[in-house]
Amino acid sequence: MRDAVGGVQSLLVLGGTSEIGLATARNLTRGRTRRIVLAARDPSAAEGAADELRGLGTEVEVVPFDARDFSSHAPLVDRVFEGPGDIDCALVAFGVLGDQEHLARDGIAAVDAVETNYVGAVSVCIPLAERMREQGHGVIVVLSSVAGERARKSNFVYGSSKAGLDAFAQGLGDRLHGSGVHVMVVRPGFVRTKMTAGLDDVPLSTGPDAVAEAIADGLRRNAHTVWVPTPLRFVMSALRHLPRPLFRRLNV
Amino acid sequence: MSTSTDAGAASGARDVLLSGWGRTAPSRAELVEPGSREALAEALAGAGPRGVLARGLGRSYGDAAQNAGGRVVAMGGLAELREIDTGRGVVTVDAGMSIHDLTRELLPEGLFVPVSPGTAHVTVGGAIAADVHAKNHHRDGSFCDHVLAFELLTPSGDLVTVTPTDEPDLFAATAGGMGLTGVVLSATLRLLRVESAYMVVDRERAHDLDDVMGRMAERDHEYRYSVAWIDCLARRGSLGRSVLIRGDHAPAELLRNGRRDSALAPPGGVRLAAPPWTPPGLLRRSTVRVFNEVYYRAAPEHEVGRLEHLSSFFYPLDSVRNWNRIYGPSGFLQYQLVVPYGREDALRGALERLSGAGAPSFLAVLKRFGPQRGLMSFPIEGWTLALDVPAALPGLGALLDGLDELVAGAAGRVYLAKDSRLRPDMLAAMYPRLGEWRAVRERADPAGVMRSDLARRLDLT
Repeated sequence: MRDAVGGVQSLLVLGGTSEIGLATARNLTRGRTRRIVLAARDPSAAEGAADELRGLGTEVEVVPFDARDFSSHAPLVDRVFEGPGDIDCALVAFGVLGDQEHLARDGIAAVDAVETNYVGAVSVCIPLAERMREQGHGVIVVLSSVAGERARKSNFVYGSSKAGLDAFAQGLGDRLHGSGVHVMVVRPGFVRTKMTAGLDDVPLSTGPDAVAEAIADGLRRNAHTVWVPTPLRFVMSALRHLPRPLFRRLNV
Repeated sequence: MSTSTDAGAASGARDVLLSGWGRTAPSRAELVEPGSREALAEALAGAGPRGVLARGLGRSYGDAAQNAGGRVVAMGGLAELREIDTGRGVVTVDAGMSIHDLTRELLPEGLFVPVSPGTAHVTVGGAIAADVHAKNHHRDGSFCDHVLAFELLTPSGDLVTVTPTDEPDLFAATAGGMGLTGVVLSATLRLLRVESAYMVVDRERAHDLDDVMGRMAERDHEYRYSVAWIDCLARRGSLGRSVLIRGDHAPAELLRNGRRDSALAPPGGVRLAAPPWTPPGLLRRSTVRVFNEVYYRAAPEHEVGRLEHLSSFFYPLDSVRNWNRIYGPSGFLQYQLVVPYGREDALRGALERLSGAGAPSFLAVLKRFGPQRGLMSFPIEGWTLALDVPAALPGLGALLDGLDELVAGAAGRVYLAKDSRLRPDMLAAMYPRLGEWRAVRERADPAGVMRSDLARRLDLT
């Protein structure tokens, strides 16, 4: 169960090798979390992280999860919820950035990325929301991105997939209002992870642990939107209102 | 919202979001409001895989009266006064009746509920489930010490009359059992005889913690009721400064003529209401500090024999409807601990940490408990401290986890009716008879039908 100060006792991480996902798992283990399910495309790759979490006194299970194998999602969610006890919190942490130059020219590759980031998330969130609704409580944390706030020419495929995901998560949250299930949308800026390795650092960039801390704080406050770091909220609000010709010229 | 799979028993059922008085961690349940014992039995029999729980007036602070994804039975439809024996001073009442309504019936007969918690808006069933205490625990024990018998509807559908002698195990497991042994339908209570609805009250200021504890230890036994209100924002030399309030029921002869005519007038209703919405952050340290300062300064240095209506003495906050809303949308929690006599160091440590953290808390309550029987009843012989804290206070979780360790290390415990965040593995240390309780509960409810969010969170059952 969730407690009065935002602690969750069990956590499902969809994207079980995601650095932000694992940083969040470690962070929540310092609080009330004692049971974690890591859902990863390559379960053997998640075993190392699972062992580390077990060392922190947590019961960890690793299950196979392929974001693009849509028909497997509902059975997987059912299986996870049939385990011992409730799932108090689910973190939707999977996603691919892709090589923008390649994605902008290769339709098949672009669709693959969008299927993972957006379609896959929609596909797994629907059964997840249903099971949590039956359970009568739960939090779904969706990792969106500031890139979804306004698509930039430098990563519009990724940005558009996150825009779709963000809109979906907000709508889902509103639909679930009053059901005991809460949806929290997290919009990090540039996060230094293996996904962004090789890219130039940008102002207000952050690390997985900072995102994890912001998520833990958002759970405590029962927030529906979390920006990481917080000032990005105002930066993006300004960028969103820039006239197109000006925005186009910005090297962002 | 999901619909019930059992349309028969759940006719009139609706999905609702329930939380405790602290308004934290709400969950959704299917609420059934039976108007008869038959309908209640049906609601119990038709419970789904996530079980069922009875709920009174929702005054538990945390998640004790919630059942996420399951069924919750509201007891308000079973609230009749069954029988009152003024000669013996005994009443039999349905579990859904509130202490407030019961008091209105009893006072004109010169009778009073012998254990009356800080709000009259609790049901008799809830008072048994939490085995509530009052300002007279040091002398009169807990609520269930005055329960002669109750009818318990077990999850398997049996109606059992439970008394301390006929069914001692079931009695002990239901008293303070947080509603997890079945549903109490009615209870027979031994009452206190009073001559008036007034209290004769002594008030004095204490300058620090040693001062107040010294005064309480020395003279509490001379009073039926005793409570100290501590300003927990006072620090260092003033740590524990408080107003000590003690009294007893006023004999009729103390009342002036005018009051004597209405000597047994029952308590009045609500005078004020909190606004439906309060901005977050209203309760800042600065505003609370001012309130606490004024409260302390306004109290007399020492005043003896003041007459006061019992409703303001027992239920000072009941005249403000929905006062819990002043903590804003993120809610609040109440932390109540007890440590045995001899472990005053732990009490002082707890107060120092709370005061040091600057938690913007209105006055904390300090009381003395006498001995207590029971398996899961909260009181143990010792000092109890309770205070409200806004749930959104940064670092609150870690602060209270630290207090739990301190309290458990001193052979003390926290109160489950107030709890909304205890770490499950602390429970066995705090409640050493947990194993015995689980064994009795298991016999009463082998299928595990009685469930609550509190039970899930703390792995109680």
